[in-house]
Amino acid sequence: MTQDGVNKGRRRFLYIAAGAMGAAGAVGVATPFVRSWYPSEKAKAVGAPVDVDISTLESGEMRIAEWRGKPIFIVRRTETMIENLRKDELTSRLADPESEVASQQPEYAQNTLRSRAEDLLVLEGVCTHLGCSPQFRPEVEPQPFDANWMGGFFCPCHGSRFDLAGRVYKGVPAPTNLVVPPHVVQGSVLTVGEESA
Amino acid sequence: MSTNKPAFMQWLDQRLPVTNAYEKHMSKYYAPKNLNWWYVFGLLATLVFVNQILSGIWLTMSYVPSADEAFHSVEYIMRDVDSGWIIRYMHSTGASFFFIVVYLHMFRGIMYGSYQKPRELIWVFGMFIYLALMAEGFMGYVLPWGQMSYWGAQVIISLFGAIPVIGDGLTEWIRGDFLISGITLNRFFALHVIAIPLVLALLVVLHILALHEVGSNNPDGVDIKKHKDDKGAPLDGIPFHPYYTVGKLPMIILFLFVFCGVLFFFPEGGGYFLEHANFEPANPLKTPEHIAPTWYYGAFYSILRAVPDKLMGVIAMAAAIAILFVLPWLDRSPVRSWRYKGWMSKTAIILFAIAFIVLSYLGGQPVTDLNTWLARICSVIYFGFFILMPWYTRIEKTKPVPERVPE
Repeated sequence: MTQDGVNKGRRRFLYIAAGAMGAAGAVGVATPFVRSWYPSEKAKAVGAPVDVDISTLESGEMRIAEWRGKPIFIVRRTETMIENLRKDELTSRLADPESEVASQQPEYAQNTLRSRAEDLLVLEGVCTHLGCSPQFRPEVEPQPFDANWMGGFFCPCHGSRFDLAGRVYKGVPAPTNLVVPPHVVQGSVLTVGEESA
Repeated sequence: MSTNKPAFMQWLDQRLPVTNAYEKHMSKYYAPKNLNWWYVFGLLATLVFVNQILSGIWLTMSYVPSADEAFHSVEYIMRDVDSGWIIRYMHSTGASFFFIVVYLHMFRGIMYGSYQKPRELIWVFGMFIYLALMAEGFMGYVLPWGQMSYWGAQVIISLFGAIPVIGDGLTEWIRGDFLISGITLNRFFALHVIAIPLVLALLVVLHILALHEVGSNNPDGVDIKKHKDDKGAPLDGIPFHPYYTVGKLPMIILFLFVFCGVLFFFPEGGGYFLEHANFEPANPLKTPEHIAPTWYYGAFYSILRAVPDKLMGVIAMAAAIAILFVLPWLDRSPVRSWRYKGWMSKTAIILFAIAFIVLSYLGGQPVTDLNTWLARICSVIYFGFFILMPWYTRIEKTKPVPERVPE
């Protein structure tokens, strides 16, 4: 291995050893820079649960609350709306009518109506396609985007459609149902961001 | 030269290669004598870059990067800062013109095969510049914190969420929050003002160094280094300075006329340069009725929307940009310029340009069945241009390239 007094094997070993040490050091230095991009403690604190008084929420009405800066849609569904959600002519057009994608709702909302109580719907108003906020279109009437509209949410950005349980239609850009945030109701107070009292 | 050089220049040259660099890059950099007006856009891009840096530095003096203050500080610049409006319009008009000249510059490269051997690296550096420019433009657009700033950022950052497994964590990491917030705004400000401009400046230097190493291509794709005089200067070359510096002056003046025309009379560019929804402060709870990216991303946005699946759409959009990088290795033609290529290459280049313009236009239009189908056809043409290139450039009949630049 030795040529003209140069031990090439040893030299190569030193190159690799020094290079590996340098790389390890670079990763170490990069760590705080990468970590500082994660949500700060302040940002996490703002993510604390919020309370909403729902005693004045009328049947068929939607109210928008804010949790972690996201719009939270709170709808008190009417009897007719609930009946419509169970109809085959609607469910046959949905991509995931039984909420089988577990990441989109807590366990207690993994049902047809995607809610704890039958009437009260709580959703993150954030389209699962690219994050726009869908519009509330509760009327059962023909729409430019859907001739057999059964009432629900329509995203103006890329035309995704959801029903009044936040379930996504087939053949739209959004891949999954709207997210049901963790929530709990105590009397007339809805708490978003908390599972139990 | 060295004998009658002033004493100061001699002193300087012994310590810093000033004369040497001036000769290498200006007075003895030989550019082909047949360069036409398509060759002005590189210089114009540099000019716009200087405009952006200068006006940008002045804007930071009055802009406040916070969710509460950003929108109002831009209005403050427009109304209360002396000459603030002209500086802001220089910057916003400059952004759109940057993309106009860069797109023309890239198209010139495609027409005349300027990316071909031995100029692959120039093209690749250029593509990195284009990529950095897109990031720079996007982050700059977020800073005024209007409705379009906010929802544009929401959509663009959500694109990363389409990546399986790590997507959600990645978007949260980019935003630094559970949503687009002041935290996101602050970091975009830092990236827009310091990080990306530094990267851009470095890339421009590499782009030009690589160019000056191999020399400029020309509309005929003739290799001028094959025939040199006894001093080693190419017979078909002329010194960059003064012939092209002074020679390009009329084009620069013409450009400045157009630039100032927009700056003073149409600073909003009909809603394309500054979108009307952005005159409303950002509202995280309400998406505007119609959201569209700025025109210069329109083509890629159209490709995204043309695919009816979230992940595949994002992949198609990323591929549309990525495929440009490998262009030098897709072209198998023995000739560079389309002047000597066959009818298939010429048709492909023209179709590609039309498809790109149509896609850019559709990116700003609402989704309808017709628009979606148009976007799909144009996306196929866009990708077809690249994917079929190794085939049609090899089988077509080309014309012989002359030894010397034709008179």
